[in-house]
Order: sequence, then structure tokens, then C-alpha cells
Amino acid sequence: MAGDFRTCPTTGLKVHLPAQTLIKVNAVTAIVFLLVGGILALLLLLTRWQAVHLLPPDFFYRFLTLHGIAMLVAWIVYFEVALLYFTSAVLLNARLATPRIGWLAYILMTVGASITTVAVLAGGSDVMFTSYVPLKASPFYYLGIVLFAVGTIIACILFFATLSLAKYEKTYEGSVPLVTYGAAVAAILAIGTLAHGAIFYIPTGLWAAGVIPMMDPEAYRLLFWGFGHTSQQINVAAMIACWYALAALTVGAVPLSEKFSRSAFVLYALFIAVASEHHLLWDPGISSAHKMWNTGYVIHLAVLASMMHAFSVPGCIEVALRKKGYTKGLFEWLKKGPWGDPAFASLVFSVAGFGFLGGITGIMYGTEQLNILGHNSLRVPGHFHATVVVGTSMAFMGITYYVLPLIFQRQVMFPTVAKLQPYFYGVGMWILSIAMMFVGSFGVPRRHWDITLADAPFKYSFGPTVDLGMAITAIGGILAVIGGAMFCVIAVATVLAGKKVNQ
Amino acid sequence: MSLQSPQKYWWDEPLDKDEKMWLTVAIIWALFLTLFMPYMHYTGKQNPSQEYAKISGDKFDAAVDKFIAQYKVGEEAGFAVVAPPPNSDIFIRGKQFTWDPILKLKKGVQYKLHLSSLDMNHGLSVQPVNFTIQVVPGWDNILNITPTTTGVFTIICNEYCGLGHHTMVGRMYVD
Repeated sequence: MAGDFRTCPTTGLKVHLPAQTLIKVNAVTAIVFLLVGGILALLLLLTRWQAVHLLPPDFFYRFLTLHGIAMLVAWIVYFEVALLYFTSAVLLNARLATPRIGWLAYILMTVGASITTVAVLAGGSDVMFTSYVPLKASPFYYLGIVLFAVGTIIACILFFATLSLAKYEKTYEGSVPLVTYGAAVAAILAIGTLAHGAIFYIPTGLWAAGVIPMMDPEAYRLLFWGFGHTSQQINVAAMIACWYALAALTVGAVPLSEKFSRSAFVLYALFIAVASEHHLLWDPGISSAHKMWNTGYVIHLAVLASMMHAFSVPGCIEVALRKKGYTKGLFEWLKKGPWGDPAFASLVFSVAGFGFLGGITGIMYGTEQLNILGHNSLRVPGHFHATVVVGTSMAFMGITYYVLPLIFQRQVMFPTVAKLQPYFYGVGMWILSIAMMFVGSFGVPRRHWDITLADAPFKYSFGPTVDLGMAITAIGGILAVIGGAMFCVIAVATVLAGKKVNQ
Repeated sequence: MSLQSPQKYWWDEPLDKDEKMWLTVAIIWALFLTLFMPYMHYTGKQNPSQEYAKISGDKFDAAVDKFIAQYKVGEEAGFAVVAPPPNSDIFIRGKQFTWDPILKLKKGVQYKLHLSSLDMNHGLSVQPVNFTIQVVPGWDNILNITPTTTGVFTIICNEYCGLGHHTMVGRMYVD
């Protein structure tokens, strides 16, 4: 058994080699999908920028469907699976309970993701990420997603098996590290939401195959969002676990209070998965009382948890930097932070963007009276590009700069490009999110090929302000695509040709 | 460090003064948010009527046809223009890729608006006043509305409903 481990020269951690291989494979697959999603993003941006209007409508809607699946499902979930193995096996000096099951999970996920990707590209499945019935995709579309979800659930179970094995074999003392704790909350949320996803994707797939009748469209919407919104909370928990990890890795931060941060994670586990009816506030079939209870996260207890992390993450960074002697005034610590470290820059963009852009707008659009103004407008993608892209994706990119030397054991290539990468990506994504929300406030619809309404029976113009806003959206997006391309090039080049770190 | 196991008895460490202060502020804010939505629901002027019913596409279609036959005053771009009396039941029918009929409403008068779809989900997005109501097949989404501004309004579909989604545009008048 001892031969299955190596000792990390930097951290002193015992790394289980089969776990390391699985982390590598999942992380690389994640980045492949990021690349696919990024290329699609560029094409979509250049279409919604009406001055360019690149794609024809069928390809626009098709690529938009695939962009959602490649990014929101594949890139993020593969990376999360890598994180689950890292936070369990590696951080606890333990062996991955059963690497074979890890491979089974990976194969199921990959077969699923490939089937869905091919189904979308083949045409006839232009249903958007939400696939609201009666819009019908090929049965393979649903089959692929179900396989992917089953694979992910297996990976989560493997994570918990590894945790209990580590406890049983006493590979660590006391409690698990905070980052592992956060990852465990993400895994709990994942099992719940993905099982929920199977409940409606399976009957919908059977309907698409002609086996059973269609479920009620409103019931579908309720069930979809019980999966669709709560599955984003997996990303929130995983992202915040990454924030604590990045704060420790970049500036040596120590959590201000383990009790405070862990309590916040417990609040997530209990309450964050409640909310899903933000998308149904102006739907028939559900009472306002139920919607308010649901979108209010039960007395906003999940919001309370986010507010706690919003205190303790920047707080622990500040304390760590002040300890280094940057104590002048209120903000010398922030000014003197390691801004040349791409992981630190990514962390700051992620924390600030998730909080100020994503979180606040999420609460706003989740109220009845504001939702009627923002529902299905570009405000919504503006909001979730701030949460899952600026927030989650940037946190994951930041941690990649440490995964490369620690797990892949290779020095990050093109250090100058790496230094600039988070600025391109972060600034670009901030511009895109703000511009999308801005044009959304004029009522510009999301998922719309032509807002000039050229082929419509009635004419209407959103006006020059919106044209400008759409151009700014595209420019921000292109900056982010450049940043994303830089990230992919650095990651792929490092994995393939980076200088080996001394063993 | 958050990557290592914490010291023993971490749960006995008391919270700092700053943490307690922030926690208090955050709890008050959470309570405020929680109370604000119901408060606005009872005092605000733009809220769901919470009236809805299941209705089959055929039945809704027939109700809209009857409504058009009853109050039709003209035609525009191939769509019926309908001027219903105050306090009446009025209808907009969504289907791939049209909104019909064209409603001609009076400012300051209440109507009971019935919305449904004959095929996919649609999003009734009224511009430039900018509000959106979800239109779901099989469901009659009912709103008590009182127009507050006069003019020509455009109804855009903002829920993706198929490859002609971007051509789904309707009209509404308020005088």
C-alpha cells in the first residue's frame, strides 16, 4: 500500500497516486469543456452584438443550449469532482476509498456529457439548458444528462466513503479541515439536487421517446428549478471552500473562527437548497405565500450564511496581510496584497464579484415586485454570470494555479501571461455582467436572436442606449474570452510540457 | 490553516467582538429582507393576483375566439383589434410565434387579463413599460390589471419557444 503514495515536497502531504490520477483526469476534462464552452461563448457574443450578428438563428439557439451544458454542467462539475477527491484523499493524507468506483463515475459522466453534446450538435434538441416541456429534445439529450448526474452522485458517495475511511484509518486528528468541511456541504447538496434532477429528467426523457405522456408544463418548471437553482448552490459551497483554500495558499490566511465559518456552512446545508421559485414568481399554479417562503430561503438564513462568509473570507485575508506588516491606514493590506499572483487576483475578483454583483442582484431579482421587471430579461444572465462565472469559475481558475504544481507536479508555464490572465478574465466578466444587467433593465430579453425584431409583424426599437449596452457586453465578453483562452493555453501547456517540479 | 485540521476544541473558542457585531447586523438584515417581500406584497401596486386555473388549450382557444368575435373593432397586420368594455374578462393567446388579439384598453380601468399558451411556454414581456408574465400551456394565468399609461405597447416573447422565437411580437393599445 505504501507504494501507492508519494509525499508532496511543498506541503508534506501524503498523496494517494490513484486519487492524484483521478484528480488530473477530471480537471483536464473540465478544462476541455471550458474551452468548448468558451468558443461557443465567443460565437454567441458576436451574434447578440447586433452590429456583427454572426450566427443564423438555428445555430444561435443550438450553441446557446450547448454553451449552458458545457459550462454550467460539464466544466464546473468535473472540476468539483476533482476538488472532492482533492479535499478528501489529499488533504486528509488518506487513500481514495475505491479508485475503481472513481473511474466508473468518470466514465458515466463522460459518456453522458458526450451523448448530450452530440445530441445537441446533431440538431433537433434546441431546447436551451432549461428544456421546458413541451419543447422536446432527442431522448438521448435527457439520457446523457441522467448518466452524467448518476456519475456525479457516485463521485459524491466516493467522497463520503473516503472521509469515513480516513476517519477509520486515523489518517488525521480531530476535525476535518475547513475546506474539506465546505466540500462536504457541496457534496451533500449535490446528492440531493442531482437525485431530484433524475426525478424529472427520466420521465421527460421517456416522454420524448414516446413511452409515457407529457408531465404538466408547470409541474416541470417547478421540478426543473428544484434541480436547476439548487444545483447552483453546490457551486456556491464549493466556491467558498476554494476561497478559504486560496486565502490560505496565497497569503497564509487562517480562518478567523472555525466555529463561525463552519456554522455558516451548516446554514447552507440546511437552508440554501430550499430556494428555487425565483424563476416562478410570475407563474400560475403556486401561491404567493409559498413563493415568498421559498425564495426567502426560510427567513433568509442562507443569505445570513453568505453574509458570514462575506465577513470571514476578506477578514482572514486582511488579518494575514496585516501580520506581514501592512498596517498603515484602512487599506494598505489590500494595496500590498500579492496582486502578481494570479490565484490571489482571481480570489479577489471572485469574492467581490460574487458578493456585490451576483449575490445582491440575486436577492433583488428574487423578490416578486422586482422580478416582474427582470424575469427572462438579460438581467438574469447578468446575475448568473456574476455568480457562476466571476464567482465559481474564477475561484476554480485561481485554485488551478496551485493544482498544477501540487498535483500535476509541473511549473506553471508562461508566468507573465498567467499574471495577466485573471485581469483579462475578471475585468471582462465584470463588464459583461454589469452591461447585461444594465440592458436587461430596459427589458431586453435573454435567449433572443434578434432584438431589432426585424422579422416581426410589429416594429419596436429598444433605442441607442441598449445598442451601446449590447456592444459593451460583447466587448467585456471578448476580453473574458481572451482571458479564458489564456487560462486554457497555460493549463494545457503546463500539463503537457511544463517543467517537472523536483520530487 | 483552512487546509489542515483545526486545533482541538475549536468549538469552545468564543466569537470575537467584530464577529458578534457583524452577526447581529446580518441577522437584522435577514429579518428585514424576510419581512419586506410580504410588506410589499400587501402595500405595493404591482403584485400577482394569485388567480389561476388549469385550462386545456382547446378550451382557452375557444374562449379567445368568442372574446374576439364579441368585441372586435378592426384589424391590423392580420390580427384582430379588440376593444373590450371596462371590468370585463380579456384574453391574450400565445402560440408559436404570435400574440393575439391586439387589445385596445382604456387608462384607469380595471380588466381581468387571462393568459395562456396553445403550445410552448411563452413570456409576455410588455415594452416599453417593461413587465413580464409567464405564459404556460395548460394554465390560465389571471391578472387584474389597470393600465396607468396611454400609448402603443409592444409585446415581446422572452421565453424561448422555438426557432422563430425572435419573431413573436404583438401589440397593445391604451387610450
